[in-house]
Amino acid sequence: MDRKIVVPGEIIIEGDEYLPGDSTEKKDGKILALRYGLAEEQNNLIKVIPLSGVYHPRRGNVVIGKIENVLANGWLIDIGASDSAFLSLMEVPKYVNKDAMEEVLAIDEMVLVKIWSINKRGIDLSLKSRGLGKVGEGLIFNVNSNKVPRIIGKEGSMIKLIKDNTGCDITVGQNGTVLVKGSAIDKELFAKKAILYIEERSHLTGLTEMVTKWFGEKK
Amino acid sequence: MTEFKSSSDNVKETSSKNSFQRPDGRSVTEMRPVKAKVGVIPCADGSAMFQSGKTIAIAAVYGPKKMHPQHQQNPRKGQLRCEYNMISFSVDDRIRPGRNRRAMEISEITKWALEPVVMLEDYPNQVVDVHVNIIQADAGTRCAGINAAAMALAHAGIPMKDMVSSVSIGKLDKTLVVDLTKEEEDFEEGEGPTDIPISMTTSGKVTHMQLDGKIGVKQLQESVDMANVACKEIYEIQKEALKKAVEDIK
Repeated sequence: MDRKIVVPGEIIIEGDEYLPGDSTEKKDGKILALRYGLAEEQNNLIKVIPLSGVYHPRRGNVVIGKIENVLANGWLIDIGASDSAFLSLMEVPKYVNKDAMEEVLAIDEMVLVKIWSINKRGIDLSLKSRGLGKVGEGLIFNVNSNKVPRIIGKEGSMIKLIKDNTGCDITVGQNGTVLVKGSAIDKELFAKKAILYIEERSHLTGLTEMVTKWFGEKK
Repeated sequence: MTEFKSSSDNVKETSSKNSFQRPDGRSVTEMRPVKAKVGVIPCADGSAMFQSGKTIAIAAVYGPKKMHPQHQQNPRKGQLRCEYNMISFSVDDRIRPGRNRRAMEISEITKWALEPVVMLEDYPNQVVDVHVNIIQADAGTRCAGINAAAMALAHAGIPMKDMVSSVSIGKLDKTLVVDLTKEEEDFEEGEGPTDIPISMTTSGKVTHMQLDGKIGVKQLQESVDMANVACKEIYEIQKEALKKAVEDIK
């Protein structure tokens, strides 16, 4: 089966040999879509890849968040999910003076964090991993979180392509927040343009070739 | 024949879609020209425009997000919240902006029409906000609003069992017609106008039906059948609009 765009309630395919995967349902031997997105078949398993919607936090995601509030024993961070996330002092791998927590992370500062656990009470974050911490200078903007896998590409192929062509350092949070660090603002804006180009076309196949061509034209 | 006929006897006469002339020359089963588009509001999580003749509805969906105020949170499942609003310039005489009795009723109606299809079990304590704005009104605004809202919900990636399409069936004197205009709603001859807005899923299940006026049981059944046909047509337009939003990008 070819990949195709489906709408909720649409019959993706008929036949008893197919199994329903993510966002699909089996009814009378038919596989129905339960959300708007791209339907795909793999070994008779049908699934719908979402193209839109808000960010769904998952354990282990590395995200870029904004400090919402400084509390007695940690920070409240907005990571774009419906719950706000908490970074505990215990999860910061260095000594923090409790009387001067703003010196480490102040309100409105951006921080690269990892989702350490998700439970009933909310989302817990951690800084105990390599490369995590306060975001320094750079250009920050948002893309749809469902399109992040395409921006990164298979084993980071797409992000490497952008880095090589723009000379910028790029960090993509799983929540769709992108940080671009370059030597000049023009380079950063060019990288942003490239990323937005990919976001718009994330449902197409052969995207890497298209982006290579796009860079050829724009340079 | 006596003058006193039961309503079921009347049906035979009216169902033969005779020489009834509609003001805009449409046939009794013909809808107004319909246009649909998704992604009209870039800042929203999902949005859609639905136009039927001169009636234009714009819907925006935000969420799922945390329900606020907190005391309205439901730990069992997520909730749907709808707001219907007619813009002050949507009709000939300017209407006073803001919520009124009618808008509050239609907001609830829109919610009831859409609630059976959205699956918010996995979003406890959360809410999906649907805002429907009518920017131009020529009757059938709640139906246009529901159509736009269903598209916007799908566009926002909300899990749904099915799409919802809505159409209003009218009884003008004794003739059933599809998709009334304002001019037809003000029809005064014979038995006068009766308006029956109906919303349906693709599989033909009714999620919402209203009736203001009088109608016989048989004719009501007939109007549901007419709505079924019209809703299928609307569904195709909604589906095409949703697909086009992605497929057109090359």
